[in-house]
Amino acid sequence: MSDKSHDPNQMTGAAMIVRALIDHGVTDIFGYPGGAVLPIYDEIFQQSQVQHILVRHEQGAGHAAEGYARSTGKPGVALVTSGPGATNMVTPLTDALMDSIPLVCISGQVPTHLIGNDAFQECDTVGITRPCTKHNWLVRDVNDLAKVLHEAFYVATTGRPGPVLVDVPKDVQFAIGTYHPPRKSDVHRSYAPRVKGEATQIRKAVALLAGAKRPVIYSGGGVINSGPEATKLLRELVEVTGFPITSTLMGLGAYPASGKNWLGMLGMHGTYEANMTMHDCDVMLCVGARFDDRITGRVDAFSPNSKKIHIDIDPSSINKNIRVDVPIIGDCGNVLGDILQVFKAEAKKPDIKSWWQQIAQWRARNSLYYKKSNDVILPQHAIQSLFEATRGKDTYITTEVGQHQMWAAQFYGFEEPHRWMTSGGLGTMGYGLPAAIGVQVAHPDSLVIDIAGDASVQMTMQEMSTAVQYELPIKIFILNNQYMGMVRQWQQLLHGNRLSHSYSEALPDFVKLAEAYGGVGLQVTKPADLEGAIKEMISVKRPVLFDCRVAALENCFPMIPSGKAHNEMLLPEQANDEATAKAFAGGKALV
Amino acid sequence: MNQPASAYFIEERHDPNETHTLAVLVQNEPGVLARVIGLFSGRGYNIESLTVSETEAQKHLSRITIVTTGTPMVIAQIKHQLDRMIPVYQVVDMTETRRSIERELAMVKVRGQGEHRVEALRLADAFRARVIDATTESFVFEITGNTEKINQFIDLMRPIGLVEVSRTGVAAIGRGPEGM
Repeated sequence: MSDKSHDPNQMTGAAMIVRALIDHGVTDIFGYPGGAVLPIYDEIFQQSQVQHILVRHEQGAGHAAEGYARSTGKPGVALVTSGPGATNMVTPLTDALMDSIPLVCISGQVPTHLIGNDAFQECDTVGITRPCTKHNWLVRDVNDLAKVLHEAFYVATTGRPGPVLVDVPKDVQFAIGTYHPPRKSDVHRSYAPRVKGEATQIRKAVALLAGAKRPVIYSGGGVINSGPEATKLLRELVEVTGFPITSTLMGLGAYPASGKNWLGMLGMHGTYEANMTMHDCDVMLCVGARFDDRITGRVDAFSPNSKKIHIDIDPSSINKNIRVDVPIIGDCGNVLGDILQVFKAEAKKPDIKSWWQQIAQWRARNSLYYKKSNDVILPQHAIQSLFEATRGKDTYITTEVGQHQMWAAQFYGFEEPHRWMTSGGLGTMGYGLPAAIGVQVAHPDSLVIDIAGDASVQMTMQEMSTAVQYELPIKIFILNNQYMGMVRQWQQLLHGNRLSHSYSEALPDFVKLAEAYGGVGLQVTKPADLEGAIKEMISVKRPVLFDCRVAALENCFPMIPSGKAHNEMLLPEQANDEATAKAFAGGKALV
Repeated sequence: MNQPASAYFIEERHDPNETHTLAVLVQNEPGVLARVIGLFSGRGYNIESLTVSETEAQKHLSRITIVTTGTPMVIAQIKHQLDRMIPVYQVVDMTETRRSIERELAMVKVRGQGEHRVEALRLADAFRARVIDATTESFVFEITGNTEKINQFIDLMRPIGLVEVSRTGVAAIGRGPEGM
């Protein structure tokens, strides 16, 4: 016998995959078995360091891994089979790419000699996922596998984080080769994200900040991705400068919602004060956000009189939508640290008292106003009640996509980062339930709530079964208005109130559905019962579907109408039919 | 003018388009060209010309030369988007450096008899095109030059009896002693 047989680094491709997961500190993965990954599942069976969560659909595995990643800052891992397993991953991969979430997907592939033959459960996985990953690999030689897996983790978690996929043919999983632990040379020499900002740019930024009369800080998901240090520095910068701060949907929690400089979220459904501050400011500091079209409104009328500083680790985010004056390419935490250091040494807090007075006037418009009712539960009120009932608890919130998502962003106050998991860029209905599973796996003792809509939640409802199997006590808080609320709102505002296919004629009985899955179902229809029911939901230590029947036709305001600027928001008290028709001039006649 | 009802902000952009030649140094690995092309089609960028070949076999390096058009903002985006791809080492805007030479090679087949043959040869001579194949009723010319020169030659051959053209696309290199 040769010495090689005793070499502990000689192993099958399948064993290498599990070994690499362990070497990268992975403790939980989400997946679904199938023909092309059976050797890997066989290895998983024979060890106990990596726990595998069996989902009910591969999309669920992807979103669960995303929820895991967003709530921990660690990469999420999904394992799927070839063909349909891989194609079902396309949505979560794209979602993770849009929101910069570190995700490592390992997919099985048909054996190398069958690739290109239209074999059973074959698809061109690397071709299909090329535009929806940060990078992907097809491994044809078992001796390349260790290097590729290590590079995959590195690429997913460094620079602007994102999803990666490693496609492993079945014969490569069976083949024996040499494994090596992670090392620097595993990574493409061409990949070197810039972390530190240029000193001259940082000085320019500080000079602008120090001279600002009407400043605003606009922060985004990049601050959260950068890690706890960036959050700490952002808060310190707000403290040192005294500037007002707003945030994108993805950035909520980096600055506490209870903080005195907090303006609320900005953008299409942001607060009046946040959007007016953005519009009228003279210096804007954008930290880890990307001037997305939901944020800017009309591009040519976006904050027309300001000097703009933009910190982003991805050079392609600079000047993509909005021209900026001082771009700084680098990691948010690193650059914020440098800015703070220079600011503290060379500048003093600018006097912006009159700017705060102006902001106070905008705040006084109370743009999140809604009229409570004793007869019917208003969705805003439901979120506020949920917030009050969970305040001070160790809580994580996920959402689906639509009106409920915007209300959650508006009415649930986030105090810390990594507590808010939502599909921002891609807007994936069905994200929240599996994401909640991922969060609960990472934080078994925390309270994990998916704020859902009745339409979204049905897209990945099958994952209730996963929650029951693994005793994950997630709470699915459904704002049930029987509509695809945001679709209906747009139809009302822009398409003459012709509610084409936005009403669910047949909804399941969510209470019975929960029970059928082995979970707990609760329903509440009266405002008076809401508080008690929420308490009950929280106290139940099992998965809960909470059917919260809310006002069916409530719309989400304030809102920047189509083609309008930040200072042309439609506020709730103005949102009568006539004003709405005027604000949406150009839309079809409104009923 | 009223905009159509839309969930998106629709705006027209009127910045003038520019043509740029980009040299992209990439790791020569499976799928790398598909990544680059996919970026252009996926994000709606134009490709006027694309030339690719391995240039340093030992280091597995390939050089892709792309001629593209877009507004200055779009051209800047293209460069950044290319640069952030994992197997891309370097992106150089050869047009911006203003110190580059661009060449293209074309093979041009012309069919004709009598006076047309004489005229074709005379023009080929003026353009420094070589005859690389000849029959009693046809020529294949090989011509090298910048895109404009080749276009001009082809236009002149058309009335004489142009049959077909095969072009390599643009290759570009910087002047002077320094490399990319």
